[in-house]
Amino acid sequence: MKTPIYLDYSATTPCDPRVVERMLPFFTETFGNSASRSHSFGWTAEAAVENAREQVAELIHAHPKEVLWTSGSTEANNLAIKGVAEMYRQKGNHLITAITEHKAVLDPMKHLESQGFEVTWLPVDGKGRVDLGQLAAALTERTLLVSLMAANNEIGTVHPLREIGKLCKQKGVLFHTDATQAPGRMELDVEAQGIDLMSLSAHKFYGPKGVGALYVRRKNPRVRLAAQMDGGGHERGMRSGTLNVTGIVGMGAAAALARTEMAGETARLRALRDRLEARLLRGFPEAVINGDIASRLPHLANVSFPYVEGESLIMGIKDLAVSSGSACTSASLEPSYVLKGLGLGDELAHSSIRFSLGRFTTEAEVDFAADRVITEAMRLRDMSPLWEMVQEGIDLSKVKWTAH
Amino acid sequence: MAYSDKVLDHYQNPRNVGAMDKNASDVGTGVVGAPECGDVMKLQIKVAADGRILDAKFKTYGCGSAIASSSLATEWLKGTTVDDAAKIKNTQIVEELALPPVKIHCSVLAEDAIKAAIEDWRQKQAAAKQNADGISGTI
Repeated sequence: MKTPIYLDYSATTPCDPRVVERMLPFFTETFGNSASRSHSFGWTAEAAVENAREQVAELIHAHPKEVLWTSGSTEANNLAIKGVAEMYRQKGNHLITAITEHKAVLDPMKHLESQGFEVTWLPVDGKGRVDLGQLAAALTERTLLVSLMAANNEIGTVHPLREIGKLCKQKGVLFHTDATQAPGRMELDVEAQGIDLMSLSAHKFYGPKGVGALYVRRKNPRVRLAAQMDGGGHERGMRSGTLNVTGIVGMGAAAALARTEMAGETARLRALRDRLEARLLRGFPEAVINGDIASRLPHLANVSFPYVEGESLIMGIKDLAVSSGSACTSASLEPSYVLKGLGLGDELAHSSIRFSLGRFTTEAEVDFAADRVITEAMRLRDMSPLWEMVQEGIDLSKVKWTAH
Repeated sequence: MAYSDKVLDHYQNPRNVGAMDKNASDVGTGVVGAPECGDVMKLQIKVAADGRILDAKFKTYGCGSAIASSSLATEWLKGTTVDDAAKIKNTQIVEELALPPVKIHCSVLAEDAIKAAIEDWRQKQAAAKQNADGISGTI
């Protein structure tokens, strides 16, 4: 087995070799600018871009004309949120999101807040779910947009898109979803789910980095956006800039694979993920699975190892590429805001590891990873004063700590 | 993040992990930090009548640098005196382990743990002395 073992597919995925193969000619042979209308180089590039647009549209059950190319999800989120807020400013000033969204949604929202917009930050329950009653109650005459992700990047909890879409439709409010983690891992259907705007990123589903898309509904209702970059008026004037033809071709190919291979792949990943969790729980019975077991992405396991600190655990498993829920490598010393948002105790929030499996993960890798983590977590727990206190019957929540 | 070889060594082979009887009169225990900050250190010293530190043990919940800082502290404590131990500064730990700026708090925590353990031992000594005085007074 080759190490390090990559179990961080939610951070990024390798390009599928079939995707790369489709992309290669566009670097050197068919390198035209898709906006060049006067020669075949341009026409060839344009045809490739439009083919990719169809492939992405097909993945989410949209019309190709509703797909805009961007540099990735961060740009798509910014364009959707700020674009709607600015375009419909006369209609209202209120937006709704949840505290567990990605920073690329939270930060544009905060930016708008500083510009005088009002933002409702919905809390989540212990599994990362928003309360639909709370969402319904937050919708007002002045609400322009609800932005709730398809599935959470840290814990994998899937939001009930269909129900959220229905609520928004009833109130005439636009619904944006950051679906970055979703393609190939769960069903996406902008019609059935009542989605008006959707952000996608190619590199999360075996496409290249630096390319993404924003779905913008064209009818019922027709959604308009204030462009965030001025320029040549590409992409129906909503996103200027020469198209990344090579990347777009790759994103299209990746979308086609995600669509055709989803059924088999999700079943395989779910089995592998369940195997990983079962093995971890056998070896470390106090481990806690975070997220909504009943409704979450099939490839992701977010597991807390109580009384073991996440960063030290990651340090001990150098042969595994995983993510720590705790952001202790930064200066802030804050554990993950998503895990804190779930209301997890500090000893759990600081102790979580995110495993995300993918197309090239094998059973042997999963078993090896589980065993490595168990060994290291046990070693660290044996030197944990918190574990010692718990063994002595001390209630950690009652201890007077000297915070620093 | 890159760790220094010394941090890695202490992390992989921590010295003096363990616990001593915290109720023993010659043992001083210091527990510092908080779970919400991501690190808690427990440091213990066993002190001879003449103030020499005979043994030191630690347990730490925290990142590799926190584990290394406390492991190093126990190495330095063994064989020294409580008076000299009280003079150990966090900057010495930073230097020895080549800790980056974001990890300086780990060394501060180790210094605090040393001070807390010494303070606990001193209080026990004072209480024992008072007790002894009290007992001799009544005879």
